[in-house]
Amino acid sequence: MQSAKGTVFKYGDNVDTDVIIPARYLNSSEPAELAAHCMEDIDKEFIGTVNKGDIIVATKNFGCGSSREHAPIAIKAAGISCVIAETFARIFYRNAINIGLPIIECPEAAREIAAGDVVEVDFDSGVITDVTKNTTYKGQAFPEFMQKIIAAEGLVNYINRK
Amino acid sequence: MGMTMTQKILAAHAGLAHVEAGQLIEADLDLVLGNDITSPVAIKEMEKMNVNGVFHKDKIALVPDHFVPNKDIKSAEHCKCVREFARRNEITNYFEVGEMGIEHALLPEKGLTVAGDVIIGADSHTCTYGALGAFSTGVGSTDMAAGMATGKAWFKVPSAIKFNLTGKPAKWVSGKDVILHIIGMIGVDGALYKSMEFVGDGIQHLTMDDRFTIANMAIEAGGKNGIFPVDALAVSYMKEHSTREYKIYEADEDAVYDEEYTIDLGALKPTVAFPHLPENTKTIDEISEDIKIDQVVIGSCTNGRLDDLRIAAKVLKDRHVAPGMRCIVIPATQAIYLQAMEEGLLKIFIEAGAIVSTPTCGPCLGGYMGILAEGERCVSTTNRNFVGRMGHVNSEIYLASPAVAAASAVSGKISCPCTL
Repeated sequence: MQSAKGTVFKYGDNVDTDVIIPARYLNSSEPAELAAHCMEDIDKEFIGTVNKGDIIVATKNFGCGSSREHAPIAIKAAGISCVIAETFARIFYRNAINIGLPIIECPEAAREIAAGDVVEVDFDSGVITDVTKNTTYKGQAFPEFMQKIIAAEGLVNYINRK
Repeated sequence: MGMTMTQKILAAHAGLAHVEAGQLIEADLDLVLGNDITSPVAIKEMEKMNVNGVFHKDKIALVPDHFVPNKDIKSAEHCKCVREFARRNEITNYFEVGEMGIEHALLPEKGLTVAGDVIIGADSHTCTYGALGAFSTGVGSTDMAAGMATGKAWFKVPSAIKFNLTGKPAKWVSGKDVILHIIGMIGVDGALYKSMEFVGDGIQHLTMDDRFTIANMAIEAGGKNGIFPVDALAVSYMKEHSTREYKIYEADEDAVYDEEYTIDLGALKPTVAFPHLPENTKTIDEISEDIKIDQVVIGSCTNGRLDDLRIAAKVLKDRHVAPGMRCIVIPATQAIYLQAMEEGLLKIFIEAGAIVSTPTCGPCLGGYMGILAEGERCVSTTNRNFVGRMGHVNSEIYLASPAVAAASAVSGKISCPCTL
């Protein structure tokens, strides 16, 4: 499976799906349109500075709130290659896997990695490397069937291949 | 090792004699739900699948309720997409404007959710149906698509937290105060990935509407589902509303829980969640400062049911909302709307200076019908008070019961009806 490498955007606890993509934009379901407003209610700089491959790191309960799949869709379409958090809200977790956005739980990495660090994630092993600080962490590797869904770039392709 | 109520329902739907927390299973679904925001994404995903139509035309419910009646052209296009999909697939339970209501109030009322069911919905408040003893949980659009196509979903079997409810709630204390108290106690991730199983002799003092409110907000504690035992009241509700067969599951005596809490309902007070998280709770007597309010919303899948409107009307009768106050009342379904009209509740609201809207989720998620400007404050009976949830990022939402919301509309500041 692939790996991810990019610059970190760092957030705190309980980043909810209303700030990831506010409901006022949910009259659209187009990924590019959603991405244009991704994170704007907590980080106006995000969409102007994010580069393809960058990584979001947050602490507890990332993605809490609404079940809107528009949230991981917006993050993925904004170019984010991986989200690392201490914990994820469960619906967001399912949604991210189902659309093929890699996410990893790793409390230590989530707390210690800082904004602007360059981080590399190996999805097979779950190893997270903070290249800037030269530290490594062992994140939770995906169960095999989730790896297959991510490799197929989402549940729909996975079901079709089955 | 014994199973929790949730685990027993999941085991039965996976064709297994026994399941354990953490186990990955595939379960048969009794109902798959979607709304006007989540269904278009699901429909697009389903069309990419190599399947011919839906798994069962009677076991899918499509309820346009979020931006309905259509608030703008893009919303209208989404609704059209859902409507055409429903027609094409001959979906029995599609609810057009005129028949629709807020999904989680509508489906139990229409008898589509009963005890023992496994239900997924592409809306996080799908956990509401646990009030009837069903396993129901929110998912995203892709899970909804797979559910509509195959009638199945994968689950990680949850562990559980047990809430033993004892005693009888005092006057002006409702299901909303119970669940806000619990979220304040365990936090917005206190039940992350877990079931919240409610038990105890205090449940007999909770109306069905109280229980729907409590189960509804399990997600606000991070819970996978909230579930109540099926008692005589739940059975009579199902018999009144449904012709479907229900099945009662009970937790094993030796079921294992991660944590257990006992809550004396008699000791609870009206509770308010301050911005910007549902866990930031204070009891009404802990609020010493005057918190001036610009708007009150009474409605939503959490608190738009008949009991809620009756309590609000009791507070607003022969009173008037404060000068400059916008008070928005939204009956959750057409049946509730009609009943409220027949009971004279709507007259009370209008004479009090409130407005009454057709069923919609509108203001709860900052869609339309009550958006807040910068610096404005709202007391709302809805379920989330996140940053920007109801409008401007610098507006504030205070979550409360219909009683506190109505009293606050009258006084213009956060108030208990006992002080009016």
